[in-house]
Amino acid sequence: MAEFFIVNPVGMGLLIVAQIFLLVIPLLVALAFLMYADRKIWAAVQMRRGPNVVGVFGLLQSFADFGKYIVKEVVVPAGADKGVFFMAPMVSLVMALIAWAVIPFNDGWVLSDINVAILYVFAISSLEVYGVIMGGWASNSKYPFLGSLRSAAQMISYEVSIGLIIIGVIISSGSMNFGNIVLSQKGDWGIFNWYWLPHFPMLFLFLISALAETNRPPFDLPEAESELVAGYQVEYSSTPFLLFMIGELVAVVLMCALISLMFFGGWLSPVPFLPDGIFWMILKMGFVFFIISMVKAITPRYRYDQLMRLGWKVFLPFSLIWVIFVAFAAKFEWFWGVYARWTVGS
Amino acid sequence: MSVFAFYLFAISVIAGGLFTVISRNPVHSVLWLILSFLSAAGLFVLLGAEFVAMLLIIVYVGAVAVLFLFVVMMLDVDFAGLKAEMARYMPLALLIGLVILMQFVMAFGAWESNVAAADLRLQAIPLDRHNTEALGIILYDQYFLLFQLAGLILLVAMIGAIVLTLRHRKDVKRQDVTAQMMRDPAKAMELRDVKSGQGL
Repeated sequence: MAEFFIVNPVGMGLLIVAQIFLLVIPLLVALAFLMYADRKIWAAVQMRRGPNVVGVFGLLQSFADFGKYIVKEVVVPAGADKGVFFMAPMVSLVMALIAWAVIPFNDGWVLSDINVAILYVFAISSLEVYGVIMGGWASNSKYPFLGSLRSAAQMISYEVSIGLIIIGVIISSGSMNFGNIVLSQKGDWGIFNWYWLPHFPMLFLFLISALAETNRPPFDLPEAESELVAGYQVEYSSTPFLLFMIGELVAVVLMCALISLMFFGGWLSPVPFLPDGIFWMILKMGFVFFIISMVKAITPRYRYDQLMRLGWKVFLPFSLIWVIFVAFAAKFEWFWGVYARWTVGS
Repeated sequence: MSVFAFYLFAISVIAGGLFTVISRNPVHSVLWLILSFLSAAGLFVLLGAEFVAMLLIIVYVGAVAVLFLFVVMMLDVDFAGLKAEMARYMPLALLIGLVILMQFVMAFGAWESNVAAADLRLQAIPLDRHNTEALGIILYDQYFLLFQLAGLILLVAMIGAIVLTLRHRKDVKRQDVTAQMMRDPAKAMELRDVKSGQGL
């Protein structure tokens, strides 16, 4: 029986499909509750109750929303380019989901253990911009088009600084594999061995860039209701709109996973006497998600020119200088070699 | 399995290229071009060159094709007219295509027939060093000066493009960020008592 799944190509295919379902279904179910948590946190900050009608404490609100979205009528604008119009939300969701293939949740618990994992995630997140551009263009209307242009320019700008921050972490760990990046943060001092300490300024830069990259508040300019109605999503309704929303939220959770892997030691335990495990990873992702929801609740929206200035004139030079600093610190082992913890090669 | 993947990617590269040329809508052309790039990245993965595949996606699909798409969407170029003129340039296009084809044939033929190349092909791929590392050693160690030179050329081209497009016009109001930051409410606003029916 076991041989069937290791030798037979059909069995191998089935095994991979089963693994994919094992990853995607818990992710999507967790997403429903994350959406609920996001709204509850937002409501609590503003001293509202938030969703509290469907289910106990409103826990089933997201599922009710889901049902509502899929039974609505799909409206397609008359002048829309139908093929591209329906492909855009699919691209958005698929690109957000396939990035999870290389994210490990525990030592070795990963769908595809590739050497260039972190580059893969970066490449996939640079493709997410296509969902936005295609959606805006295919709607054949001015507002979505303007919204998609703004959004695309924003996502491209912040990708640059995300890439440079990732390079700093790669230099420090000497590997592009997430497993090795996490293992290089393992040490005797638990939480103080993780990269948030040596790469401290980059943690904030990455968090802010991640907010901008995923179009979260305070950088949710593409859907700035007060100026652009809803950006590239104006003409979307029903399930295509739902796909855009899910894709966006999956991308946010992916950024949480990236931050916990790169800066908070993934599945490693913060104190030496507790065992490592998947619950640490999930706990850290939850913590980062809480921070991101709080940011949504407590910050006002940025102006577009401020956003661009921050990306190109502040983050880009600063992260570039940081890469050079990390390169020197790793090469000459400054600060007791905390910047050079290579697990492979040497 | 990998043969199946190869044919899948190979067919989608060719189909993408074909539809890039024959699509009526220029935006569709760019989208087909992106499909072609992605499939080429898939072929690189099959060859075991995963680093090159990722760079192809990041640079070409993530940056260059986005710019293409922007330009094609924003510029109102009369593509129907351009298509009509295509017949005039057909002989030239065929000539260029032929030259490129000949170059490929010559390069591939040399690689196939050369004795030294045959020896190289028989070399086992070292398992302890993956291709990211190997590429890094070649670029930053063996050919360091040439690599720097290539970077310098790109830098000069970038500065040139900026210099050509940067114009300072006196009659345009420009945003002064420092002035904006230094403004304080006391200077920016003035409170006045307006009597009803009078106005200022």
